[in-house]
Amino acid sequence: MALRPESSVFPFQTDTMISEKKSIYFFIIFLLLALFPWIIEESFYLEQLTRILILGVFAMSLDLLVGYTGIVSLGHAAFYGVGAYTLACVFQSADVINFWYALPLSLAASALSATIIGWLSIRTSGVYLLMITLAFGQMCYFFYLESPYCNGSDGILLLNKPEILWGAYNLLDLENETHFYFFVLGWFVAVFLLLKRILQAPFGQIIQGICANESRVRGLGYSTPTYKLVSFVIAGTLAGLAGFLEAAHTGFVTPAYSHWHQSGMLLVILILGGIRTLHGPVLGAAAIVLLEDLLPNITDHWKLLMGLLIIVIVLFLPNGTVSFFTRIPTQSAIQYKNKKHE
Amino acid sequence: MIFSKKIMDASFYLIQFLNGIQYGFLLFLVAAGLTLVFGIMGIINLAHGSFYMIGAYLAFWLTNLTGNFLIGVALAIPVTIGIGYLVERTTFSRLYSRGHLHQVLLTYALILIFDELQLILWGNDFHGIDVPEFLSGAIQLTDILSYPTYRLFISAICIVLAFMMYWVIQKTKLGMMIRAGASNREMVQILGIDVQRLFAIIFSLGVALAALAGMLAAPVTSVYPGMGENILIISFVVAVIGGIGSIKGAFVGALLVGLVDIYGKTLFPELASILVYALMVVVLLWRPQGLFGTAA
Repeated sequence: MALRPESSVFPFQTDTMISEKKSIYFFIIFLLLALFPWIIEESFYLEQLTRILILGVFAMSLDLLVGYTGIVSLGHAAFYGVGAYTLACVFQSADVINFWYALPLSLAASALSATIIGWLSIRTSGVYLLMITLAFGQMCYFFYLESPYCNGSDGILLLNKPEILWGAYNLLDLENETHFYFFVLGWFVAVFLLLKRILQAPFGQIIQGICANESRVRGLGYSTPTYKLVSFVIAGTLAGLAGFLEAAHTGFVTPAYSHWHQSGMLLVILILGGIRTLHGPVLGAAAIVLLEDLLPNITDHWKLLMGLLIIVIVLFLPNGTVSFFTRIPTQSAIQYKNKKHE
Repeated sequence: MIFSKKIMDASFYLIQFLNGIQYGFLLFLVAAGLTLVFGIMGIINLAHGSFYMIGAYLAFWLTNLTGNFLIGVALAIPVTIGIGYLVERTTFSRLYSRGHLHQVLLTYALILIFDELQLILWGNDFHGIDVPEFLSGAIQLTDILSYPTYRLFISAICIVLAFMMYWVIQKTKLGMMIRAGASNREMVQILGIDVQRLFAIIFSLGVALAALAGMLAAPVTSVYPGMGENILIISFVVAVIGGIGSIKGAFVGALLVGLVDIYGKTLFPELASILVYALMVVVLLWRPQGLFGTAA
């Protein structure tokens, strides 16, 4: 007996509206990120921050799927791999990598694979969906491992960075670390704002409604599979972008890009930072990069500590570390509320 | 010449068939625990493969200690049941009311922990295990082809276990509770059955089955780090093909996957690893709830 259908279908409406105060905070943070190369001049930290931003883009793309649409995918790394391998395979023997061809090619390939995999996957739900995405992810992994074009477990080494030429003028010299950082920061900010906009738009409201109660959204007359598929394709394409950036950054692509551990770790990042927020996944990415850097200094068996940390977080902070500071309704709480209404 | 080649082919396919069946039986042991734990407790257990690995390592360790493989396995089984009980009480029992995401994360963390513990306790090397003499021979099939006795022994044990499971589930009171729990968990709780105890038993049994599969496989595949990983994903594929929660489905799915994998490796070596996943995709597109699953 839904008394107020609008409020229960769209329980996050207030959450995604950025207040002016929040916008100012974000602006300050972006400003600090933009000034970072001048604040701290050590290249090690710049390198780490670049990694965090790339991982942040990857994690935000998964959050659109898991946090906002409610599709728990365990194969998101597939598209990360597609983005990276498209760049690596096509340009492995090229002297010059033309950015204006390379990036659209990578994005198109990941969008195409996300369309196919998404179209097949969203027909199932729950644990079956989890497993079928896992299976597709592993299929990609084994394809890279065994395909004659991908050089097996050795991976592909990219000797050159993409060149961003405008006529004869070099816009950004990606060989330069600081330039590369700005290149990544630009994409990071663009993805952040894009997702923010998507979530505010009617489309974003509807996928969040699907997350809370799919049958009710279908009852309102929306074709929910189409919305889920579009969300899947957007998330997959952005993951491909992250893969492209990572491949360009490290210059080295291996099948491990698409291994299911990558997808598992990404879910850890989400829950670590806080799911169903856009800044949460970025914080999670920062935490993981820093932990992977710090923990090996303490002990050789840092994965043990990481595992224990994850268990503590899952058992005691189910909404992620952000839930220390903000109260976000948990999925189970929402489902419980909806069950009570029905 | 052509005639003899045909006979060669036939016996070659027969041997591959036996290998596929034997691999399928082992997969069944792992997938049965997985599917029971999901069907009755509603938990996705990514750490199930770790128990397979733990079983193999325990068998390796205890065989070296006692000097006999069979005694080693006999000693290892109670240990794995204990491990299962402990893990269920400390972590899984807190997960029943949570969503899939938390279950995935927690069991993923368990994988990290078990992998690291294995590294601390037994190191990074590959280890072989010797089987007792009466199992180490081979049975002559034709003049030129023979089949290892130990592989037949694995299949025999698995068949016995499958029958025992069938008997327990269909004919005993515990089995009745398991079947009831699989079809309606809340109702079983309302009827006054001690669900906590039932869950602990099922989970420990599932762990023991996976570990036993690891022990049996150890002499064939040798014992190595990360051995649980491959079997985990494949047994998930088996459970999903068969329909999650269905033991019968796990059995059919396991044989199907075993045969597809073994024949795939010999007939289309380039595609072998992808074939099994492709099979799962095809089955799910045809029947989204798996072969023997009930619609959610």
